[in-house]
Amino acid sequence: MTTRFFGAPVKRNEDRKLLTGQALFIDDVELPGMLHAAFLRSHAAHARIKRIDVSRALQRPGVVAVYTADDYGAYWQPGPLLVPPPPIPRSIFNLRTQVPLAKDKVRHVGEPLAVVVAESRYIAEDALDDIDVDLEPLPAVIDLEAALRPGSALVHDDLGSNVSAHVHQSKGDYRAAAAKAHLVIKRRFAYEHGIASTIETRGVVAHWEARSQHMTIWDTTQAPVFVRNGLAAVLGLGERQVRVIAPFVGGGFGPKIMMFYPEEVALPWISMRLNRPVKWIEDRLEHFFATTHERGQIHDAEIAVTRDGRILGVKDVFLHDGGAYDPYGLTVPINSQCTLLGPYVVPSYDSTFTAVFTNLPIVTPYRGAGRQHGVFVMERLLDLAAHELNIDPAEIRRRNLIPADAFPYKNGIIYQDFSQLEYDSGNYEPVLDQTLQAIGYAEFKQEQEKLRAQGRHVGIGVACYVEGTGIGPYEGAKVQVQANGKVSVATGIGTQGQGHFTSFAQIAADQLGVDVTDVEIVTGDTDQFYWGAGTFASRGAVVAGNAVNEASRAVRQKALKLASDAFECAEEDLVLADGKISIVGIPEKFLSLGELAKRANPMRGAVKPGTEPGLESTQYFGPPSGATANGVHAMIVEVDPDTFDLKILKYVVVHDCGTVINPLILEGQIHGGVAQGIGNAFYEKLVFDDQGQLLNASLADYLLPTALEVPRMELGHTVTPSPLNPMGIKGAGEAGAIPVGPLFAQAIEDALQLKEKNVELLEIPLSPSRIFDLIKASEP
Amino acid sequence: MKPAPFKYIAASSLDHALTLKAEHGDEARFLAGGQSLVPAMNFRLARPAVVIDINGLDEVAGIDHGSTIRVGALTRYCALERDSEFLGCCALFADALPHIAHPQIRNRGTIGGNLSHADPASELPAIAVAMEARMRLKSARGERVLAASEFFQGSLTTDLAADEMLVDVEFPALPPRGGVCFMEMARRRGDFAIAGVAVIVTLDMEGRCSKVRLALCGVGDTPVDASEAAAPLVGQACADEPIKAAAAAIQATIEPAGNVHASADYQRHLAGVLAQRAIRTAYQRAVHAA
Amino acid sequence: MQPDRHEISISVNGTAYRRSVESRTLLSDFLRHDLLLAGTHVGCEHGVCGACTVLLDGAPIRSCLMLAVQANGHELSTIEGLASDSGELSPVQRAMHEHHGLQCGYCTPGILMTMTAFLKQNPSPSEEKVREALSGNLCRCTGYQHIVDAVMAAAQAMRAAAP
Ligand SMILES: Cc1cc2nc3c(=O)[nH]c(=O)nc-3n(C[C@H](O)[C@H](O)[C@H](O)COP(=O)(O)OP(=O)(O)OC[C@H]3O[C@@H](n4cnc5c(N)ncnc54)[C@H](O)[C@@H]3O)c2cc1C
Ligand code: FES
Ligand code: FES
Repeated sequence: MTTRFFGAPVKRNEDRKLLTGQALFIDDVELPGMLHAAFLRSHAAHARIKRIDVSRALQRPGVVAVYTADDYGAYWQPGPLLVPPPPIPRSIFNLRTQVPLAKDKVRHVGEPLAVVVAESRYIAEDALDDIDVDLEPLPAVIDLEAALRPGSALVHDDLGSNVSAHVHQSKGDYRAAAAKAHLVIKRRFAYEHGIASTIETRGVVAHWEARSQHMTIWDTTQAPVFVRNGLAAVLGLGERQVRVIAPFVGGGFGPKIMMFYPEEVALPWISMRLNRPVKWIEDRLEHFFATTHERGQIHDAEIAVTRDGRILGVKDVFLHDGGAYDPYGLTVPINSQCTLLGPYVVPSYDSTFTAVFTNLPIVTPYRGAGRQHGVFVMERLLDLAAHELNIDPAEIRRRNLIPADAFPYKNGIIYQDFSQLEYDSGNYEPVLDQTLQAIGYAEFKQEQEKLRAQGRHVGIGVACYVEGTGIGPYEGAKVQVQANGKVSVATGIGTQGQGHFTSFAQIAADQLGVDVTDVEIVTGDTDQFYWGAGTFASRGAVVAGNAVNEASRAVRQKALKLASDAFECAEEDLVLADGKISIVGIPEKFLSLGELAKRANPMRGAVKPGTEPGLESTQYFGPPSGATANGVHAMIVEVDPDTFDLKILKYVVVHDCGTVINPLILEGQIHGGVAQGIGNAFYEKLVFDDQGQLLNASLADYLLPTALEVPRMELGHTVTPSPLNPMGIKGAGEAGAIPVGPLFAQAIEDALQLKEKNVELLEIPLSPSRIFDLIKASEP
Repeated sequence: MKPAPFKYIAASSLDHALTLKAEHGDEARFLAGGQSLVPAMNFRLARPAVVIDINGLDEVAGIDHGSTIRVGALTRYCALERDSEFLGCCALFADALPHIAHPQIRNRGTIGGNLSHADPASELPAIAVAMEARMRLKSARGERVLAASEFFQGSLTTDLAADEMLVDVEFPALPPRGGVCFMEMARRRGDFAIAGVAVIVTLDMEGRCSKVRLALCGVGDTPVDASEAAAPLVGQACADEPIKAAAAAIQATIEPAGNVHASADYQRHLAGVLAQRAIRTAYQRAVHAA
Repeated sequence: MQPDRHEISISVNGTAYRRSVESRTLLSDFLRHDLLLAGTHVGCEHGVCGACTVLLDGAPIRSCLMLAVQANGHELSTIEGLASDSGELSPVQRAMHEHHGLQCGYCTPGILMTMTAFLKQNPSPSEEKVREALSGNLCRCTGYQHIVDAVMAAAQAMRAAAP
């Protein structure tokens, strides 16, 4: 096989449609007779529902139906547990999943109470005002610590507490490590991650065709197969009666994975009831409450180190804000727990978390999915230790990196995919070296003195991370050569901009000797590919990519076999290139792939036993466990010492995600991740009051970074292939976003020499105002 | 996020617009650039029964250069940005316009809509106050002229009566030996200011300040006229001590409330920092002009 | 209350349309759902994200902040009109493809329209100017770097092609 495309910066196949306005997004679906839905949402975070009266709404011209929880009858069921908790001994997990429409009680602002169906979205919104709702307010559970005190109001009354989960994991003997340590540093850290805030909001279109007894659902989901299976079950339909299509999706980053959101559950049911297609497009205001968040954790953490800065152990006790329901099991906090260990040798670790129910929107994974929180704690602990021990921050990291000969490296605790956390491969020190080189670490330290003398406040930060990627269970792909010679590849995952149309095409094109533009990828349509899990946890390229590779290889074998029969020669004497198979040295004697495809589907004669018609193959790939990518970010900032505004002067990322399929797409993934990391670190903050009201529910006040806040980034990479899959690839979807918080904290502290002022930045997000307030609070 | 129903009328003349407004009063809103009104309607925070579109009224658009500069209410930001004569005379606008939203919004938003909307965090109300602009209000009953400082009554509240329209704004030209500066801090470029300062310093023949006008945005319910607090600068050349003292006096006069982006303490701090920087720059520009 | 409706005539990408619209219909909805020109996207409906940017008589504006009835008598340009009739991409479209300036592509229509107008006015922009001009368009996927690269490259290509 020649690798013409694999590893090359191939331009994307999907671009043309997107650049000319021809790509189909959810709100572009227009069907004759289509109705429009709008949801009445709770304005209270916690309240008992006394009465909902929809009679006035029903009278409004253009309104077709209004439904509340009571109308659902037996259809009303709490959502499924999406990710079961890993089997960690003695852990507690209290499952409470979201309900399709609130009944008895509302548990967060924005929880839907009723749905209006009307001839237009405008009218549906008018009718929301006609619904009379009587809510009896209850005390809102917002503060994590207060939520756990006896006597706190309860999000779920029957539970008796607000504990969603409690998990303890450990390795080694932390207590002994702390006892013999030269230094133990203990701090409280607060890390808040925000919302994914894709530029396209969510949406669902459901179309029940009574005559064919068939349901088509267009959904902004990252996991169409999973959604189909779930919806078919609740609707009482066979899976073959339901087709879920994830069209072009305008960004995913986690919250669009597979929530079984109330709207996803409502629309198909409504369409069946009314026998008409129905559309719901989330508006931006709804998006702030109705789409899941990722939010805060509070860590009380300590690190025990030797005199020369070697880690002896880490202890961490943390609280995790889970929001009103916990359909994702332990996914987010367990990522925090596992990823905290980072690329370092940590001989003993003692970590306990309590996930807490609050009267706030549901927390589910958003790019990074809890990894940020853990990385922040570890990186900050190392900074504090470096300062105390008078060791350079980059140096203390180097001393603790897992050595290259220690892989595969067992971490001794259990990860989100149920397996023991084990790093498959890695070579960490060169990544750190390359980063320091690229940012000009040594030179900067000298330059900094000069600039300080001129009154300029510049600082540098360096932060390391690992990222568990490419977890199972599996993905599949069906590769088929069509009679026109074009190759079609179908997989079950959805795509939200990751370039799957191109990277999968590269893999297939190389195996089948065709041009990358001759490979058509179908993703996200359950009728085209029946099985699969979805695009999340940086797994699309790894898991589905390998399945595409396997299936393409099988088709290649079939083609060669057919040609060798036709030419009556050995397969070794054949070459597959430029869409045809020819005999070595006799290029004029060839069969095109299209011709072979036709021959593989003969109109006469029998298909031989043990063979199948068609030049096609379906193969599956399931990695035994996740592949671990790693990287280092470094940044130089200048801070205005009076306004505390900052400017990023230089930003470097060096990472290792194994073998790279398409460096152009990879760069894009890293850039986008860093931009989200910058938003998280310094701009984006969900501001709730103590009643659970979000005070900045608009894009004017929830600050996504623009082209002026995101700097030019310099990227480098090293390649340590993963042994866990034949192509050696590791995921890269989240790497850019993970370590940006600690980088900001470190660089700002350095720029403003905050250590000398006894100011420590132990929280994210930061802002000019927050830095000012912290400095002011530290002044006597 | 779709607007509630309303009746739309495109006004064919100023008189038509004023007659309509007299008829519908508070039930009606003028639609100028729509860059504040339409978002508010999409959020259903504003639900006018009648929308009077004044975009066709060329008679209230445009810039008139005379001894004073008269700017029609319907003049769009982009027209101000492109008029170099205007930016020369009203140099505070040259500093401030790039801070207002983004090019797409500046292509629609109007000066009259901005001032009538009276967002206390907006740049232009503070500039109007600093420049001692005079606002001409018209209704079917007649017309009156108000000083900018009287026009702004509170957050999103002006002295406009239910039947009145702001038709133009008159700005005095920059005096000789005058220097100006507008500075603000926002979280991102184009966002409303956390705090902003507009200053006009006029120098005497000796290079001392003979008059100072200073107003702030973002730190109160209205644009804050802090010229009195800055008055000790009069008689002073550009020097650290008096500028610091003026900034301290300005900080003492304002009562910022804090918001989701900034604590009140930080806003006050920032007002002082920006005041110092802006006053210094205004001095320097005045010296340059002289 | 009977819906308040108006007859409007507008031209979009050179094609004339006459339609009756309810006065509250946003221009973005009118383009997308009445004219079925769905290439213009909607991300926020309060003027911040920029996905809905179209050209009104050549100047970029937010179509979510304008009523369709206000566009009566005006000329609009949208993403559907950027490529030539034969399907050849415009220089900005082409550069976005070559520099991987789009991922999910949801912000792309607004960015293409904004930058098309910008480059007409600013044939030789600095990177800083490009970033300023881009600041009214949010992109959650790309981190902007490849978009900036694309715009700079498009500017160069357009200069090279200019007579
Ligand atoms: C994303 C975004 C960012 C923004 N950032 C900023 C910013 O940083 N700084 C800033 O200052 N502004 C900002 N704005 C607001 C923008 O400047 C508005 O254009 C301006 O505030 C209103 O002007 P308009 O012409 O669009 O008025 P409209 O929205 O049409 O009207 C605003 C109000 O004024 C009334 N009105 C309009 N004209 C008149 C008149 N002549 N007489 C009486 N009443 C009238 C209307 O009835 C309405 O109540 C931003 C807007 C957006 C969407
Ligand atoms: S949809 Fe118009 S600016 Fe976001
Ligand atoms: S490419 Fe997805 S928002 Fe820009």
